[in-house]
Amino acid sequence: MLFGFPLLSLIIWLPILVGIAILATGGDRNAPLARWIALTGSILGFLIALPLYTGFDPATSAMQFVENHVWFERLNVYYHIGVDGISMPLILLNCFTTPLVVIAGWQIIQERVSQYMGAFLIMSGIVNGVFASMDAVLFYVFWEASLIPMFLIIGIWGGPNRVYAAIKFFLYTLLGSLLMLVAFIYLYQSSGGSFSIIDYHQLPIPLSAQILIFVAFLLAFAVKVPMWPVHTWLPDAHVEAPTGGSVVLAAIMLKLGGYGFLRFSLPIAPDASHYLAEMMIALSLIAVVYIGLVALMQADMKKLIAYSSIAHMGFVTLGLFLFNAYGIEGAMVQMISHGFISGAMFLCVGVLYDRLHSRQIADYGGVVNKMPAFAAFFMLFAMANAGLPGTSGFVGEFMVIMGAVKVNFWYAFLAATTLIFGAAYTLWMYKRVIFGAIASPSVEGLRDLSKREFVLLAILAIAVLWLGVYPFPLTDVMHVTVDNLLDHISNSKL
Amino acid sequence: MNFLPPDFTPAYSEIFLLIMVCVIMLADLATGEKKRYITYYLAQVALIGCGLLTFVSFSTETIYTFSGMFVDDTMADILKIMVYVTVSAVLIYSYTYVSERGILTGEFFSLILFATLGMMVMISASHFLTLYIGLELLSLSLYALVALRRDSFAATEAAMKFFVLGALASGFLLYGMSMVYGATGSLHILNVSEAIHDGVGNHDVLVIGLVFIVAGISFKLSAAPFHMWAPDVYEGAPTAITLFIGSAPKFAAFAFVMRLLIEGMGAMVADWQGMLVILAVLSMAIGNIVAIAQTNIKRMLAYSTISHMGFLILGFISADWNGYSASLFYVITYVLMTLGTFAMIMILSRSGFEAEKISDFKGLSKRNGWYALMTMLLMFSLAGIPPMVGFYAKLAVLQAVVNAGFVWLAVAAVIFSLIGAFYYLRIVKFMYFDAPETEEPLTVKGDVKLLVSANCLAVLVLGIFPQSLMGLSLYAIQNSM
Repeated sequence: MLFGFPLLSLIIWLPILVGIAILATGGDRNAPLARWIALTGSILGFLIALPLYTGFDPATSAMQFVENHVWFERLNVYYHIGVDGISMPLILLNCFTTPLVVIAGWQIIQERVSQYMGAFLIMSGIVNGVFASMDAVLFYVFWEASLIPMFLIIGIWGGPNRVYAAIKFFLYTLLGSLLMLVAFIYLYQSSGGSFSIIDYHQLPIPLSAQILIFVAFLLAFAVKVPMWPVHTWLPDAHVEAPTGGSVVLAAIMLKLGGYGFLRFSLPIAPDASHYLAEMMIALSLIAVVYIGLVALMQADMKKLIAYSSIAHMGFVTLGLFLFNAYGIEGAMVQMISHGFISGAMFLCVGVLYDRLHSRQIADYGGVVNKMPAFAAFFMLFAMANAGLPGTSGFVGEFMVIMGAVKVNFWYAFLAATTLIFGAAYTLWMYKRVIFGAIASPSVEGLRDLSKREFVLLAILAIAVLWLGVYPFPLTDVMHVTVDNLLDHISNSKL
Repeated sequence: MNFLPPDFTPAYSEIFLLIMVCVIMLADLATGEKKRYITYYLAQVALIGCGLLTFVSFSTETIYTFSGMFVDDTMADILKIMVYVTVSAVLIYSYTYVSERGILTGEFFSLILFATLGMMVMISASHFLTLYIGLELLSLSLYALVALRRDSFAATEAAMKFFVLGALASGFLLYGMSMVYGATGSLHILNVSEAIHDGVGNHDVLVIGLVFIVAGISFKLSAAPFHMWAPDVYEGAPTAITLFIGSAPKFAAFAFVMRLLIEGMGAMVADWQGMLVILAVLSMAIGNIVAIAQTNIKRMLAYSTISHMGFLILGFISADWNGYSASLFYVITYVLMTLGTFAMIMILSRSGFEAEKISDFKGLSKRNGWYALMTMLLMFSLAGIPPMVGFYAKLAVLQAVVNAGFVWLAVAAVIFSLIGAFYYLRIVKFMYFDAPETEEPLTVKGDVKLLVSANCLAVLVLGIFPQSLMGLSLYAIQNSM
């Protein structure tokens, strides 16, 4: 609470209410109205989230802005929300992304505009709810509810194979979540009837049970991250989703998985986490190396970025299971930075797609001649994606590699190959799309960025550079929370 | 010889309904075809009257009457009120549908009300015979209802199947009851319960009786492997009748299990628990997997019912008030969702056109965004996706199951509901992702429009505020046991 004002609830419910209001504007006759309400609502959503940062006390690891009310007594469920150094930056990232997505869909979406904008606003609120929930049932409700708008976004506004992608996305994520639900119910029983996540953190659990709980959580979060080998839904979903959908998927939805590990797997099952750490590291390194090679071979730009997302998220899971401060903070920085970079990359592909209606690398070439401003932005984001120092992509990866060196040199060595592969697939794509001779008459007819697109990319460029040069505003707020988490998971709960 | 008249007060609502049905049958003879709406309003008045009577005499304690053959307790009153509301909604939803198909006859109303009376007797039974009489009154009325469209080949076949298999199941049940009578020497549920508790009677005979009783129960619940009738009857019967069969009788079936298995033979929990586990797992497996292959929406919903009954049975397995109240919550939410779903099917149907294929939902979001949104809420609720109420029903049941130590059952249940999610999603896919096949606008009467919207929004609102309904289920069970 801030001055007795339920700020966090407002951050969750304002976008949802605005989303419902947008839905109520009805058919496409009122499309401009729907767009303007969406923009106002999403910017307002970001502005009211700012006090979360300014009012945040980085000196404590306790939950802040806490609200706690009984939700339903029958199962002892509370409407318990709060943020700490881990969830607060993610909420800000989400609130920051929503206006960008609204602007990105401003002109492209001409059909069912109110439903499109409404779905994004509602999803934004739901995702804030996921990050803020301190009650397992509340968390689960938000977690699952976030599937519904994404399912519709992919299925209604997606590409030719959208139905397959939407259903695959939904069922894949549902599979993981349902087992998580069983784990929650089991924890409810063994904690004597509590759904409070904080209670679970303190609950002693035998190792065999911890491993089962860890596996149930792993399925839920690994699908979301996504980790190899349950990543196959992501390229399909990304390729078929409209640009805004891809941005939200990459920038926000994938972070739910990483957040889940930090909030649930590590503190609730620390012994199992240590026990299974090598497996997790192996899976992460496979994602980094193997998926990096897969990305190299893609002919479709969106697919390439989707695979590069998986490889980058491999860094996140790698960092989490190194059990040192560099690793976990690096993972956090990587999550935020990946939110900016992958969002920007998908927007860049969206800019090209809107003009030529093709995502194939082979259809492009020589774009720089016609779109110099775009080429400059795309260059920056491609460099950031490759982890160039000075961009946000470097900070996270560097911290994780530092953390890995402390544990095992070979982990660090394998992880560092991403600096080569990442540069290879990103820059090779960049070269083929942007440089060279003008490939076709349709490329000849390209227009450079519109004002709207320019603003969009400029905002993200500032974010990427700022985080790359001066990441302390981000890392400072999470130090204490991460230290506390590390301290917590170094103690056995057997 | 002294004859003491029994205390009629606990049975006022049943007596009132019986009188009203007779009045309605007579009145219908006088009104004729053109003024059938009088019959309709009389039926609604009868239900409202019953509701008032039950509400005024709402009992917070357990009262026995008719020499202990009839019981009135909190659970019975709550279930009866649910039945009235459901039947009343069924009548509102089906009025247009049945009148367009020429089956808006006096029998339609009197049979539905007789069936309602049967359910009420079942709900309040505390004697095997009362239970059986109520069950037969319900079943015979349902057989006749299914066959109401005499000229329809499918309906007649469905009625025949329903009747033959139903009679067989009743035979099972009676045979089981006679075994129990032989072992315990009583048909009073309380006496049977005491006798079993005290170890009176041959255990083997009791177990054989129990097997037959469970078989009869699972037929009435349409739980696998006694589910065969459900898809045919759901498909063959006119949709309005399917709506009725799929909704209110589930409350009676719940009461049936409570009275017979829990109150009567609760002491044999070790014997019936295992049987119920098999029934539950089979129902969830068969229901969810076979539903995927269906192209007929009513058949698909029949299989969906089977799988939901599996979930309902899971609640009983835990054999404590926690599980029973979870089951009660489940059955209430299930009926709410079923009402809405079949109402939507009837909205899509027009005179001369039956919306029977799942593909009839194609492009509904373009034809009418509001009904598509409402149907989507129902589908996600049936699939158990939060924040719809269907999720909390599953949550409560799973919690009870884990509480009873069956973690593997909970895992199996969630995996089957994942499979189930696919065919509910498919309907959403048809509505939102596909283009409509027809541009014909949906014409819906005002009262149906209002009720169906309230029905579907309740699925969402109860999902966001589940406490009231969960609390009510808990109160009903705790106050009656």
